[in-house]
Amino acid sequence: MSTELEPLADPGLPHHVHRKADTDPAAEKRAERQVSILFLLSAAGTLLFIYSFIWIPTDVFVFLPLLGNTNAHQLGIGTGLGLALFFIGAGAVHWAKTLMPDEEVIAQRHEMRSSDEDRASFVETVKEEAGKVQLGRRSLIKRSLGLALGLVGLSPLILLRDLGPLPEQSLLKTTWDKGIRVVTDPGNRPLRPEDLEVGAIAHVLPEIKDPEHRKLSDIAKDAAILIRVRPSELKLSEERMAWTHEGIIAFSKICSHMGCPVALYEQTTKHLLCPCHQSTFDVPTGAKVIFGPAARPLPQLAITVDDEGYLIAAAPFDEPVGPSFWERNI
Amino acid sequence: MDRALRLDLLGEVIIMALFKWISGKRRHRAMAPGMLVVALFLIGGIYSIAATPDNATASNARSALIEEGKNIFMRGCSSCHGLNAEGSGIAPSLIGVGAASVDFQVATGRMPMADMSQQAMRKKPVYSPEEIAALAAYVASLAPGPAIPTAEQLNYERDGNVAEGGELFRTNCAMCHNAAAQGGALTAGKYAPTLMGVEPVHIYEAMITGPQAMPVFGDQAITPEEKLSIIKWIKSVESEGSYGGASLGKVGPVTEGLLGWVLGLGSLIGIAVWLATKAR
Amino acid sequence: MKTRREKIAGGVANFVDERTGAAKWVKKNLQKVFPDHWSFMLGEIALYSFIILLLSGTFLTFWFVPSQEELIYNGSYTPLNGVKMSAAYESTLHISFDVRGGLLMRQVHHWAALLFLAAMVAHLLRVFFTGAFRKPREINWILGVALLTLGIVEGFLGYSLPDDLLSGTGIRIAQAIIQALPVIGTYLAFFAFGGEFPGELFIPRIYTVHVLLIPGIILALITVHLMLVWYQKHTQYPGPGRTEKNVVGYPLLPVYMAKAGGFFFIVFGVTVLLGAFAQINPIWIFGPYTPTQISAGSQPDWYMGWLDGLVRMSPPLETHAFGYTISWNILLPGLILPGIIFTGMALYPFIEAWATGDKREHHLLDRPRNAPTRTAIGAMSLTFMVVALINGGNDLIATHFSLSINQIMWGTRISIILLPPLAYIITKRVCLSLQRYDRELVLHGRETGRLVMLPHGEYIEVHEPISPEKAYLLTQHEQRTPLEAPGADANGVAPRGGIKSKVRSRLSKALLGEQIAKPTAEDVKAIESGHH
Repeated sequence: MSTELEPLADPGLPHHVHRKADTDPAAEKRAERQVSILFLLSAAGTLLFIYSFIWIPTDVFVFLPLLGNTNAHQLGIGTGLGLALFFIGAGAVHWAKTLMPDEEVIAQRHEMRSSDEDRASFVETVKEEAGKVQLGRRSLIKRSLGLALGLVGLSPLILLRDLGPLPEQSLLKTTWDKGIRVVTDPGNRPLRPEDLEVGAIAHVLPEIKDPEHRKLSDIAKDAAILIRVRPSELKLSEERMAWTHEGIIAFSKICSHMGCPVALYEQTTKHLLCPCHQSTFDVPTGAKVIFGPAARPLPQLAITVDDEGYLIAAAPFDEPVGPSFWERNI
Repeated sequence: MDRALRLDLLGEVIIMALFKWISGKRRHRAMAPGMLVVALFLIGGIYSIAATPDNATASNARSALIEEGKNIFMRGCSSCHGLNAEGSGIAPSLIGVGAASVDFQVATGRMPMADMSQQAMRKKPVYSPEEIAALAAYVASLAPGPAIPTAEQLNYERDGNVAEGGELFRTNCAMCHNAAAQGGALTAGKYAPTLMGVEPVHIYEAMITGPQAMPVFGDQAITPEEKLSIIKWIKSVESEGSYGGASLGKVGPVTEGLLGWVLGLGSLIGIAVWLATKAR
Repeated sequence: MKTRREKIAGGVANFVDERTGAAKWVKKNLQKVFPDHWSFMLGEIALYSFIILLLSGTFLTFWFVPSQEELIYNGSYTPLNGVKMSAAYESTLHISFDVRGGLLMRQVHHWAALLFLAAMVAHLLRVFFTGAFRKPREINWILGVALLTLGIVEGFLGYSLPDDLLSGTGIRIAQAIIQALPVIGTYLAFFAFGGEFPGELFIPRIYTVHVLLIPGIILALITVHLMLVWYQKHTQYPGPGRTEKNVVGYPLLPVYMAKAGGFFFIVFGVTVLLGAFAQINPIWIFGPYTPTQISAGSQPDWYMGWLDGLVRMSPPLETHAFGYTISWNILLPGLILPGIIFTGMALYPFIEAWATGDKREHHLLDRPRNAPTRTAIGAMSLTFMVVALINGGNDLIATHFSLSINQIMWGTRISIILLPPLAYIITKRVCLSLQRYDRELVLHGRETGRLVMLPHGEYIEVHEPISPEKAYLLTQHEQRTPLEAPGADANGVAPRGGIKSKVRSRLSKALLGEQIAKPTAEDVKAIESGHH
């Protein structure tokens, strides 16, 4: 298959050229000195490391060009240790290059493949030993062993069952419910409509009894944002319009794509941007996706005010918040 | 010396002299109540004389300031924002934006804008502090709006709490301005600027006015004390030294990865080339 | 007479040999020959970075508390005093600010991780472009792909452990990917996290995986990888005196030992210097993780950046049918594409061997230009990854170069389809031009730049013949003809499976077809006789 005509001849390994240090004793001495200087530099590095570790306090900062105001302790131990290690290596390599034998050596390769006799006798041995076991004839044993091995392989999976609970309904529900007040995050202060002027945003959570001990897994579903625009700017269906209050509209803050907090609100364009993957949501149209990988709008939370004039949820979220999952049904 | 204080002193001197004169005739029976009435009238009169010119001067000064501001506005701003600051197709109305907004936009050099195709950015202010005060007074006179916070309101060293500020910053600000307040990208080429080196008063004004794309953070969403905490935290980040060497812009793994490839692997490959070349 | 030292050494050696019979083996192997080339050190950088990771990682475990239990910070980093955080984050602050050398070791650990993966990728590229994966080294290639995959997972878990804002965001995204798996996703996510995200179990769990399970597997695979290198002997670059049957280089003792050992210290030293001078992952700036907070410009480490870039540029596709949801916008860029890329990478040696019908051993490396199609495939894949990686940092590119993220996103969306094929075509053309250039060099020598006027007034440039060594290097490669289309099978058996053999001959043609004929000895002779 090869089209090889006659190739150019191999001239063989080039003639070995001696180094200066091989022929000139002065050069050899010089190389030796260079190697030991490198090793001494390493020793100096270790001393710097020890000095810095013990005697430079950890709260001292020095100003250095390029680095700025930098911690002196960290810089001292790092530089010391780094140089100590580096120069050991540099010394060893320089030693190998200048003073150790540099004549290239040729070793022969052997094919990986075993010889044909070895292979034949291997096959023979396997056949013979397998024949003694008579696995081929004892199909009952073979099948029952197969079954046993297959089943025992299941046991680790079963053992891992208690890693976590089953999802049940937990992805479908949040803390938000009819009448729950909207409170600021952080701060846990209730909000009235007049606290938000047009162009304002508030990061909020549902009011709970013990705000000091909110569970992170609740926050991961409950986090929401309130945004106020002019009511005339909202382009919503009548039903969704009823979910807003005097131009205040509430959305889940958890991205419908991969769950990052979507919180970059631009009051000029009325866009919400997710900083993780740049999905962009259009607030006036109910957080419709106008750019990026997210496929669904942010879930909208129906809000209204209670008797005391505080903003409350008018209903729980009507769809699961956060990223999609197999059982999600909308 | 202050004018009002001088008038007060004058009034006191006159009253004292009157008392001396009357005290010589105080044996008269009707003297005491009569004296009281006279004294009250006198005090009232003097005060009214003293106060009236002061108020008048103040409001005169104020209207002069507004007038000056209006002049500056006419020359520098009206071509975009309209002759009465009512706004136009290219610039928003300034009615009701308040003095804080004017101070923020003009004192940080964002306004007047040189190039409308780009986002207004921080640069050397065009107007002097006096001119900015005049402009702010003019715009504030159009309709009520957020005022410039006073130094007393801005005492973040006293009223702020760094750790709380950090929490607030990370919830309310970091998604645009980055966790280390270094700035970040918004949609369609807009960006949230770095907050390093921004005056506390301007940070405060930005929060209450919502300049450009930034939303407004009302005093209930983030209370004035919390705003001071945020400022205190930003200032602490600004002055904090670098604990682990060059900070690489504090923008996260992108610069780290770049440095790892270029400087880390690059220098090691360089050394490997040295290692593999024959010595002479 | 023997000195005392020699006696002791002899005693020890005797003890060991009588129990293991090691003398014979060790003697043979101390003379093992290793070829010297800088590009052969890339794998060593990866190996040494891994050792540095083991050392610095062990140091960190002495203080790190893998727990998501909540507590209130009250430590020496005052800007976080009174903030609620997990024990994992608190202990990372403790390591950074209260353990002397702790921050240095954290930074060394992180830099070593970035270098580990960078070196693995560079090593992989070297192996690919020089054809070092060919028989008998396919097993080592697959081990390498496995090591790279494990390295990426290991790095990501390490990035996730401190429980700062960035790592929590990363975990959130990982959870969303798990949850997006059809049918089993939700269950898997609940099992992995012990319930809903983030729960309190994930960090303790991945800690064990990060410090025990994956490093153990990596260590085992590295051992096999190195044993195979040892056993199969190292490949070498072509050149005079170097053949498929020999290996030219330096013996293990002393030269290679000194160089490789020295290089370990150099890698360690450079990593520590990076840790001293360049701050990495300053978790105290990011703050502790809570699900409502996020920083602008949240990115993963570079080795996950391409994955993040793919996710960012993904079209907003989701299927809702029969009450179920399939998130293509997560599955496609997060699992399917990476799966195809890594599977394709693992299988490439077999695909190439099948297409070329080449079943021989190869120990001499290819010069990339002499395998134009393979080089072009490599350039194409690399372009794909780089475009994806660039999009992974699109927000920072936007702010630093005054661009818009939307522009960059559209730019990379289009580029990732257009640029890889373009890279393929250009690389192939460049390779062929280089081959042509090589041919010219051998036949007509090197251009000297000297002009000479001939007697009849014509100017010619003087060409200097190249050395026989150089000429040999430029012509030593073999040029094979592609496999013929069905019918002309080597055994003359009528082909079955028409499509398969068609694909094979098409591939074969692509891989072997386009070559610039290398000069033969006859060509050179003909030219020489023509000159004189």
